[in-house]
This record gives sequence, structure tokens and C-alpha cells, in this order.
Amino acid sequence: MVAKDHNAILLHAIDEVAVRAGLSIGLPLANARAICPELTVYDADPAADLKTLNDIADWCDRFTPLVALDPPYGLFLDITGCAHLFGGERALLQIVTNALHRRGFAVSAAIAGTSIAARTLTRYTSGQIVASGEEAQAVGPLPVSALGADAAITTGLRRAGLKTIGDVAARAPHEISARFGAAFTTLLSHALGQGDAPISPRKPLPDYIVEKRFPEPIATDTVIALTLSSLAKMLVTAMDKQSKGARQLEASFFRTDGAVRTIMVETGRPVTRPEMIDRLFRERLDALNDPLDPGFGFDLIRLAAGRTEIVVQQQRDLDATVHDNDEISALIDRIAARIGGKRVVVHLPLESHIPERAALALPAQHHLAAASTAAWPERVAGEPPLRPLRLFERPEPIKVPFASVPDGPPHQFTWRRALHAVVRVEGPERIAMEWWKQDGAALTRDYFRVEDAEGQRFWIFRDGLYESELRDEAGAPVPANWYVHGLFA
Amino acid sequence: MNGARMGTLASLRGSIARIEAPSEAAMPNRVALGHAGADAMLRGGLAPAVLHEVFAAGHQGSAATGFIAGLAGLISARKPLVWVRQDFSDRENGALSMRGLAELGLDPRLLVTVRAADVDSGLRTAADALACDALGAVVLEVWGPARQLDLVASRKLTLAAQASGVTALVLRIAVTPIPSTAETRWIVRAAHSPPGNAASAWGAPRVEAELVRNRHGPVGRWIMEWKCDECQFSEPSAYPQPVAATPAHRPHQAQARAGHRLAS
Repeated sequence: MVAKDHNAILLHAIDEVAVRAGLSIGLPLANARAICPELTVYDADPAADLKTLNDIADWCDRFTPLVALDPPYGLFLDITGCAHLFGGERALLQIVTNALHRRGFAVSAAIAGTSIAARTLTRYTSGQIVASGEEAQAVGPLPVSALGADAAITTGLRRAGLKTIGDVAARAPHEISARFGAAFTTLLSHALGQGDAPISPRKPLPDYIVEKRFPEPIATDTVIALTLSSLAKMLVTAMDKQSKGARQLEASFFRTDGAVRTIMVETGRPVTRPEMIDRLFRERLDALNDPLDPGFGFDLIRLAAGRTEIVVQQQRDLDATVHDNDEISALIDRIAARIGGKRVVVHLPLESHIPERAALALPAQHHLAAASTAAWPERVAGEPPLRPLRLFERPEPIKVPFASVPDGPPHQFTWRRALHAVVRVEGPERIAMEWWKQDGAALTRDYFRVEDAEGQRFWIFRDGLYESELRDEAGAPVPANWYVHGLFA
Repeated sequence: MNGARMGTLASLRGSIARIEAPSEAAMPNRVALGHAGADAMLRGGLAPAVLHEVFAAGHQGSAATGFIAGLAGLISARKPLVWVRQDFSDRENGALSMRGLAELGLDPRLLVTVRAADVDSGLRTAADALACDALGAVVLEVWGPARQLDLVASRKLTLAAQASGVTALVLRIAVTPIPSTAETRWIVRAAHSPPGNAASAWGAPRVEAELVRNRHGPVGRWIMEWKCDECQFSEPSAYPQPVAATPAHRPHQAQARAGHRLAS
């Protein structure tokens, strides 16, 4: 692998054969070719490397929910309380390294009390397990480069004659921090097992997790559906004990070949019934554009409740409206699970006199309650509708040949290539734009309600006032633009 | 035609009548539109828990939208309403304006809008929503010809509506009617305001509604006016009217306005 660095093509990564041939990372490609003419060279692709690392992290999710990336090549797994599920730390380490080896990765792994100590250990040996409190002895003999500090610091230490971590640790901390900075001292103390830097997991820890492992991979839809419903039951039982309901659910399907597919559904109100979870996932799975591909089968299916809420049990039998509201939010959840939460909307009024900004469409899952109590402007009794039933998000330009008076309504107009003769007019209703805003330099609109010869009713407006607003640079009047903004019923 | 064939025909007719009878008997209270002529043809009003279709005449669906919004408002009777529409319908016809809906006397708080990507997902969503008996009505708005909305699809919608008691309303724009299992089918176009002074005579929404299919009765064609305040249809009032002909139940201001118009 080669990468371009400051106009020089340098070796970025090399395999074992190349190491034996005497190459090293950072060597210019020309020199490397001189040493080893039969070198096969590929361009480095950091993005693909990162993706691979992410894929491996996905796969590692099966061991613990707390997986953190340590780019460019490292992963941290917080296995606190997880190791016994896999037969102890030794066995877990074996499983991880063997599985990754089989897929052709060069792996170096270690288990230690702190993440930095473990990382330091992996730099020169693999398969080490260090109990808490013994990190200092374990990392002591390792060279300083294992710490993973800046190249400048490592070189500096080596020049100062401090070859191993033990040498550095033997010095007084203030000497080290005076020369190499406080960050390095912290790194060193973490490596020695004194204090720990928290890892930052890729995903937040879900509130509840249930999972099912299969000795034989499963691939049929029926078994997957059955597993999901039994997992849903387990999850609900677990949540029920603390009277919680799930607002966000995540099903992860771990394929035997390492690929992981995660499917998420969100709900408008906490879900407490396994049938509901089951149904939501069925809708979601049915509607996937790229269906779940079992490949050679899934060997682990996990269901996690990412966000939960305390559920207040309501009296259902007597209060019909509670029941109805539940039914409707369940319906909204189902539809949203299939076609997406943003496609199911409720409407809220906005305090704006500008017609296109008078209402807001928000996802129904989250705003159903707010929408049902929203205060819409009252209509004026006895008046015909003042606002059109259908409103164009973007007013459509129309052609108006002439108006009898400059700021009067048109006699005819052309919209969508059809000519409409104006028979009846009401207006104008003058709506000024938000002049107090800097970017609100839009022109004042004069709205007219007009009816054409066929009885269709339009809401049209002239953009700008004659005399005052519709003038060019020289002050000469310019013709106004007309738009149709809505259609009345 | 000989007697045996006549007998067969009669028995077939009888069995068809029997098949159709249960749905007729099970029909709950019909919802009156408020327009006397149409209500008489519909034997009391629009039947709930079935499928009704409204076709817009021509490409402009605003009159038909108003008509179906009125039907939905009448039938849903203050229960929530699900309106399923396609994404590009907004661009083609304009989005449903909540202020406009409120102006018609309907409640935007009861409306849940579903923006489906295509007809298939819209149909499926509508069928799903029809299964939820907490709703008052489900409106499916489809723009243009859609071969998915065939007899089978409309039968499915009808069955779903019958099972839950929720009324299915289908609004079709820019398409000619095709066979379906709808209880009623309407073709709606905008109607003129009544003749009068061009500068002032602007009244309640008016549509020309043509009933082209009525499974259990005759068809007809009427001009209907939507009364925004009473939230129902009515016979068109021929205003501006002479003061003397003003009906007694009209509010005081209305009389005054009518008089004013006459004078202007």
C-alpha cells in the first residue's frame, strides 16, 4: 500500500513478506522498489480502511455493546461483565483473534485493566491478559513506541536514553511532563494502570438488550419472525419489571460471515405489548428496499430498546378516548415503521401572517398530543372562505396581459398554459412581508380572490406595490409579477 | 325467452338480492348531506362504512377536494381523519392548507396526513388506516391514472371499511372513472357563483356534483353549496336576493348584506 505524503510516495502499509524483505512503513516507494523490485503496489484508501474497521466493530457488537474505535487500526471493547458469557477472558480473546485471523486480518489483542494499557500491550505481543494492578510490570519492559505517543515524543525519549516504558516510569512525573507535556504523563499513567481514560463507545448503551444465539445459523423468514416475537416477549418482561415502555427499538441481525444489519423502529408512545413490537418489525421488514439478506444465516439476533419511558397505566375500559388515542398512535407507529416517520404528519399553527408559513407539518409520532390541542385561528362566521383549500408551497407565476388600473385585479390570466377569464373579483387583501427582518426584503403582496368563467376560484397576488415598490434603478415603473398561490374549493 | 330461462333469471336475481341484502340491512345510520335532492336520491344520506369515490372533472381538483373534505367532515363526525396523498400531489394541486380547511368549518386538529411515495404504498396505508376503528374516515387522494386502483383494490378497501365501520373516501384527480365496488361515485366540478354584480358576489363554495353511480338507488346531478358555518351542504342560495325573499332563518347581517348588494 502506498500513500502520497508531501509529494512523496511513501509506503503506507506492508505485509509480512515485505517486512521479511527488509521494507518498513514510511519508506519512499522508489527506495522500496530498489530493495525489492517485485513489489506489488496498491493505492491506500483510508476511507475503506475506516469502513472495514467499522464493519469489524459491528461484528464485535456481538461480544459487548460497548465498542469504541481507535483509528486507524484499533478497537476497544469494554468487556466488563461480558467475558463469562463466552467462557472467560482467555476464551473470549481466543474467539476474537481466531475469528479475525480466519477472515485474513492480522490481529494483536490483549486484555488489561485500562484501555491504554491493553493497547500498549497489543503493540508488541498478542494474547496477553493482565489482571488489574499488574499493568506496570506487564508494560514496563516494552519499548516506549508502544505507548502510541507522537513520533517526536518517542524520538525524544529514545534520545534521552529512556528506551522502555519502565525507564520512563522510573523518572519523576514532573520531569517527564516538563519535557514532554502533561498529556504524555497522563497517557503514561493510564498505561501503567493508574487511572483510566473512558472509551467513547460508537453507540449509546441501550436501556434493555435481549438476544438469542444459534448454534446453527438460521436463514428462513419463519424462524426469524418467531425469534423476533420471542425476543419481544423477553424484552417486554424485562421492561415490565420497571414499568417501562420502549420508544425506540433496534433489531440487529449478525450474519455468520460477520456482516451486521441493524433495523430501527421508533414509536410515538411507549410500547408495552410484545405483539405491537412484533407487528412494527414485521411492517418494517416488509417495507425494506433492500430486504434482509440472511446469506449463510444469522447466528445472533439481538433486540434492544434504545430509549424507554416510564409507562403510566391508564384505565382503558371506561375511558373510550384513551383507548381511541392509543389506537391512533399505534396506527401512526405502524405506518411510520413502514414508510418513515417523516411521512406521517400532523399540523400545527404558526404565528405568521404569511400564508405559506401559517402552518407547520410535524411528524405525527412526536407531536400528536400537541396537534390535538393546537389553537387554530377562528373563522369569521358568515364569511365565505378567506383562505384557499389548496395552497402551493411555491406560488406559481401567471401571465397577466394587462390590468385596467395599475393596481387593480387582472381581467384574464394564463396559468399552466390555460387562459382564464376573470369573472368575479374580491380584494385586494394586502399582506406585507416581514420587513423587520434583514432578509425579508420581499415585496408587499396584494391578494385577490378571483373566479374564472368556469367557476374555478383562485387566490392570486401581485408581487409589489405600484409607484412605491415596483421601480427600477432609474425610478421608472416596472411591470409587476403575478402569481397564483392557491385554489379555493 | 322461454319460461324456464325466465325462472332461472328470476332466481338469480333473487340470490343477488339476498347477497346484497345483509349489507343493506346492516347499514347503520346514513349521514345526511344537507342537500334535500341528493339526500332523497341517497335514501337519507351517505352510507358510512363503505367506499365512496369522488372524481375531479378535468385537471383541477380543488372543487373535488372541497367536496370530499365536506363529505369527510360530515361522515367522520368529530373523529380523527387520515388523509393519504402522494408526494407530487402537493406540487401538482397544491398542498392541503390547514387554514383553508378551517375556513370551511372543518377542524385541522383532527387531521393526520400521510405523504405516500407512490400509489402502492398509499393504498396499503389507506387499507391499514381503515382497519383502525378509532378513525372517522380515511381519504385516499390519487393523482392521475393508477392501474393499481382496480376492482380488487377497491373491493379490499370496501371490505376493510365494512369490517371496521370506517368510511373510505377516494379522491381521484385527472383521470376518467373506471369500474369499482364503490357505493357511490361522484364527478365534481366547480360551479359558478350566482349571477350578480361581478365585483361583490362571492359566496360560499359551490360545486356541481354529479352522482354517476349509486349502488342502491338512482343517480342525479345537483349544484351544491357548502355552508361553512353549519358544516353541511345545501341547495344553492341565489343571492344577491331581493330582501323580501330572504328566508326567515338567515341571520340579521346576511339580510343587511343582501340589501346592501342590491343597492350597490
